[in-house]
Amino acid sequence: MKIQQIREFTEAALVCGETNREKEVLSGFASDLMSDVLRLDTGDVLLITGLCNLQTIRTAEMAEVSCILFVRGKKITPEMIELANENRMVLMTTEYSMFRAAGELYLNGLAPVY
Amino acid sequence: MVFRYELEGGNFSKAGHASSEIKKTLKQLSVDPRIIKRIVVALYEAEVNVVAHAWKGEVLAEVEANQITLTLRDEGPGIPDIPLAMQEGYSTASPAVRQMGFGAGMGLPNMKKNVDELEIESRVGVGTNVRMVTRFSGE
Ligand SMILES: Nc1ncnc2c1ncn2[C@@H]1O[C@H](COP(=O)(O)OP(=O)(O)O)[C@@H](O)[C@H]1O
Ligand SMILES: [Mg+2]
Repeated sequence: MKIQQIREFTEAALVCGETNREKEVLSGFASDLMSDVLRLDTGDVLLITGLCNLQTIRTAEMAEVSCILFVRGKKITPEMIELANENRMVLMTTEYSMFRAAGELYLNGLAPVY
Repeated sequence: MVFRYELEGGNFSKAGHASSEIKKTLKQLSVDPRIIKRIVVALYEAEVNVVAHAWKGEVLAEVEANQITLTLRDEGPGIPDIPLAMQEGYSTASPAVRQMGFGAGMGLPNMKKNVDELEIESRVGVGTNVRMVTRFSGE
C-alpha cells in the first residue's frame, strides 16, 4: 500500500518524509509496546501506534521500520522529526483511534504481519 | 575497535544512542543487515534496561573482524534472581518506564533471542554486567 493511500484511508497528515512518499508498505502492525515492535522480522511494515515519543522513533530505527502512523492526533516533537529524517522515515498522524485506523487499512487490503 | 558510550538512569533520550552509532559502524563494515538488526535490537533493549532500572552505566562495544562483544556495566539495584528476570513477562518496571513503551518483561528474552552468547552477572545493591557476543558469519 502506498503512503498516499494510507493517508486517504485514515485521513492522515504527512509530518515528514516528503521525499519518500512513493514508498510502499506490504503489511501493518499496531502496538504501543516497543519490545513487541523490536521482535518484528518482516520488512516494509507500517507501524500504527499511540506511543508518541523519541523511543518510538529509536525503536523503529532498530527494527528497520520506516513508516509510522501515529493515532489520536498525538503531538510529534521536532526532536522526533529530526531523528526520523536522519533515518529517512515517513511519519504520519491521524485523528482516528488505533482500532479505527487499523480497521480501515485492513479492510482496504493492508495485510497483517501475524 | 572499541567504542564507549555513557548511560544515565532515567534519561530516556540517551537510550538508543549507542545502538544507533553501532548500527552505522557495522553497516560501514558491510556486516549482513539481518545480523546488524539482531545486534542493535539486543543492544537497544540492554540500553533501555540500564536507563529504566539502574542509576548509571556504560556500554563498551568491541568490534573485531568476525564478531562484536557488547558489555553493559551499570551501577544500580542489581538483579536478585536472574532466571526469574529472564522469564518473559517478568518486570519490575515503573509506570514511567511503561509510558515510554517498555516494561512488558520482554527485554531480556529479546536480548537472549538475538545474540549468540548472553551472560549476566549481578550484585544486589551494586550493579549489573551484561555481556553479549555475536559473530558476523551467522550461527
Ligand atoms: N540492568 C538492570 N538492573 C537492574 N534490574 C534489571 C536490569 N535489567 C533487568 N532488570 C530486571 O529484570 C526485569 C526484566 O527485564 P526485561 O526482561 O528487560 O523487562 P522490563 O525491562 O520490561 O521490565 C526488570 O523488570 C528488572 O527487574
Ligand atoms: Mg527491559
